[in-house]
Amino acid sequence: MRDDSFDAIVVGGGLVGAAIAWGLQRQGLATALLDEGDVAYRASRGNFGLVWVQSKGLGAPWYQRWTRASAGEWPALAEELGARSGEDLGLRQPGGVHLCLSEAEFADRAARMERMQREAGNYPYAYRMIEAPELREMLPGLGPRVVGASWTPYDGHANPLRLLHALHRAFVAAGGAYVPNAKVEEGHAAPRDFAVTAGGRRFAAPRIVLAAGLGNAELAPRFGLAAPVRPQRGQVLVTERAAELLPMPTTTIRQTQEGSLMMGDSMEEVGFDLRQTPEVMRQIAERAVLSFPWIGQLNIVRAWSALRVMAPDGLPIYDQSARFPGAFTANCHSGVTLAGAHARLLAPMIAEGALDPMLDPFTAGRFDVRAAS
Amino acid sequence: MFALRPDRFRPASAAGGAGQRRGTPDARTGPTATVEVFVDGIPVRVPEGASAAAAVLLAGSPLIRETPVTGAPRLPYCLMGVCFDCLAEIDGIANRQACMVPAVPGMRIAPQRGARVAFRS
Amino acid sequence: MSCDLAIIGAGPAGMAAAVEAVDLGLSVAVIDENPAPGGQIFRGLEGAAGDAALGADYAAGLPLLRAFRALRIGYRPATTLWHLEPEEGVLSLLAAGTTSELTAGRVLLATGAQERPVPIPGWTLPGVMTAGAAQILLKTAGAVPKGRTVLAGQGPLLWLLAAQLARAGAPPALILETRPKGRLAEALRAGGLLAGAPLLAKGLALLAKTRRIPRLRAVTGLHAEGTGHVRRVLWDGGATECDTLLLHEGVVPATHIPLALGLEHDWDEAQRCWRPRVDAYGASSHPRVAVAGDGAGIGGWQAAVAAGRLAALDAARRVGRLTEAGFARRAGPLLATRRAALALRPFLDALYAPPGWVLAPPEDATLVCRCEEVTAGQVRAAARLGATGPNQLKAYCRAGMGPCQGRMCGATVAALIAEARGTTPEAVGTLRPRAPYKPLTVAELARTG
Repeated sequence: MRDDSFDAIVVGGGLVGAAIAWGLQRQGLATALLDEGDVAYRASRGNFGLVWVQSKGLGAPWYQRWTRASAGEWPALAEELGARSGEDLGLRQPGGVHLCLSEAEFADRAARMERMQREAGNYPYAYRMIEAPELREMLPGLGPRVVGASWTPYDGHANPLRLLHALHRAFVAAGGAYVPNAKVEEGHAAPRDFAVTAGGRRFAAPRIVLAAGLGNAELAPRFGLAAPVRPQRGQVLVTERAAELLPMPTTTIRQTQEGSLMMGDSMEEVGFDLRQTPEVMRQIAERAVLSFPWIGQLNIVRAWSALRVMAPDGLPIYDQSARFPGAFTANCHSGVTLAGAHARLLAPMIAEGALDPMLDPFTAGRFDVRAAS
Repeated sequence: MFALRPDRFRPASAAGGAGQRRGTPDARTGPTATVEVFVDGIPVRVPEGASAAAAVLLAGSPLIRETPVTGAPRLPYCLMGVCFDCLAEIDGIANRQACMVPAVPGMRIAPQRGARVAFRS
Repeated sequence: MSCDLAIIGAGPAGMAAAVEAVDLGLSVAVIDENPAPGGQIFRGLEGAAGDAALGADYAAGLPLLRAFRALRIGYRPATTLWHLEPEEGVLSLLAAGTTSELTAGRVLLATGAQERPVPIPGWTLPGVMTAGAAQILLKTAGAVPKGRTVLAGQGPLLWLLAAQLARAGAPPALILETRPKGRLAEALRAGGLLAGAPLLAKGLALLAKTRRIPRLRAVTGLHAEGTGHVRRVLWDGGATECDTLLLHEGVVPATHIPLALGLEHDWDEAQRCWRPRVDAYGASSHPRVAVAGDGAGIGGWQAAVAAGRLAALDAARRVGRLTEAGFARRAGPLLATRRAALALRPFLDALYAPPGWVLAPPEDATLVCRCEEVTAGQVRAAARLGATGPNQLKAYCRAGMGPCQGRMCGATVAALIAEARGTTPEAVGTLRPRAPYKPLTVAELARTG
């Protein structure tokens, strides 16, 4: 078998892998992006589509900063990808709200936001707790049970599928090799010398990035890395198109650029079980109707379940192998929010061969430390 | 454009049997279109068992919906619940699959024009 | 609510299964989204049985329909199944805006067939519809097309409809037959003519009834034109005015629910469609679920009746209502009946195999997904970029994301991917539908349970 030689191999063609691959190709590295086939776990196809900041990183301000940085990179990402792919990614960053349906929820949320601001230290974290009367002016047709919301100016949303399509298109247009039906069968690792067999071909490169989502758990140890990720199921409901109405997204409800209302999303610890469950679907629908009663009349035309990629502490894992320098791993459940950072911040670091110290807290080594203490 | 079969149905306008064009026995004894519905405000009589989508076709409407994507006009395509091209506003409820809804007296059927309006403030 | 056997669909297979299962002492529920039993073939039969225009074969369904109506079972018309949990046998239903659940020991999917999409340029114009749609109007609304009607396509239903329209006083002005040259020779080689002689005789009689209608053979390059409504139909070398264009290229199994359940499917090369993998008695790859009738492979209503009864026998055997000996005694004649009903199938499948330009529209501008208005060109581009199947393609360009959930475009998208990537529809695979199988409102869902 002849080797196909590249500057970098990215394993995983979802949002994380495609953003990094596009970022590497954009840096001038000849990159191969290896993807699975039509049916795979594919968290990217199940993404809710928020570019979300306000609830990320309680007790982990470095995650808050990384998320904020990514939201900040998003406009440039959307513009560049839009120009190169012809796709309108539907990016809107008007700020966002987390609706509270009881006084207890509101009080809890207020405490949480206050702590986030305190932990942010010198790094500003603007937010407001907004009570019902003012909120009713901001959002149409709010339900009587809504007592208030937290708001930050950083939040927004985008079309996750157009993002995926645009990343693939821009990557290929820039000369990248996107290879579907190429699940990694075999891997060979040496410092700055990697080879994998996938889809009947052999790929070689001095850099490899493991971005295979849940597949990373099994793949990472072969390259001197650890990715202790587990699946967490989320279910989402989508309605038919409606005339534009919602001016900003909420944590669990957003109106897409096509006009559909999306409702999500559950957090279920059920292993690799992709079934949909009527009871969870009902709970999602019920909360949506309590938030905005007018959503009740809309037809649900699609719904799905997908598996999030979760580390034990819910934060991303970014690492470079100490044993095999040049082997990197990227794992997270926020492929849309973090796309800006992955394409425009992380990829240049990988191209340079070293992760910035700002990513030190994200190493998988943090789990060893906890196990040892 | 569709019409009630002349060999089987007495024309709706001819309550007393006048205006009968064909003298087949079927035409004298055949059923009448007894269910009156309103298609875009205009009364139409259809036989019992006909769907709201059939009523729109019998009314001669140019369209039953305008698509929410490009505004293109559509009329029913499959009439058997598969294609969703017969989405209409029926008795004030938007985006109903008109081929699956039996016509009942007094029913009001209006075209679905683009994306529905979910809320008016 | 619980029952031994829940049957989805009250067409020939579903009705026959219900009659047989009740006879064997099973408790039965029948769920059907239509307001009256009969399925597509016997739709509206209770109201129109005496209608000479519809023909004797239509009225032949009346005894079965009456036997079904006489059953004291949980028959739920105008009810949709929007979710099925096969592990526990829980069906989630919706009727008149209210959801409910039903638990069944065994589930029989008898959801029948749908017409194969005919994605030609202009097929979304008002006035273009399927032959089946025109037949439904004839059966349930006593309505016929007004003005100049053109039928285009091929297959038994096309000829049946032509005859029915003629008898109803509205003969089509022209039939454009899309059957390519040379298919008859292939069909004759496929065989089955002797065993299928009675059916063949019926078919030939039907053709004779339509012989006065002008027709063109081996038509290619079909498209519809008009502004706001179809005005002309064009083909390679010709064109004619029309007010209504009726398309038909045969029927395919309605695999939406079987695919959503993750049942094993096989590609049927003869019928150019997917079918759930079932044994002789309809048992699928899931131990609780069976599929019978045209939904398991196109065979026509007589085969469907036999298949429905066989599936009921199997359900009874599984719960001990029927001994192995009793099962064999009852199953034998039904298997023979079905064999006879299917005898002509290889001939018909070969004769009426859809031409390539129907399966994968050659012009890039042709709309493929009617809901999201995605063109063949967009599908091809996405396939070339790297969408190896319809699921990734749906993520790329929204084909299959509208309210019909890919029922209309799924097969076409797969054929286009196969063409663009130089592979086969079988290798490309199918969409994986999810619940709700049919739309329900957020409020209806919120009130569940």
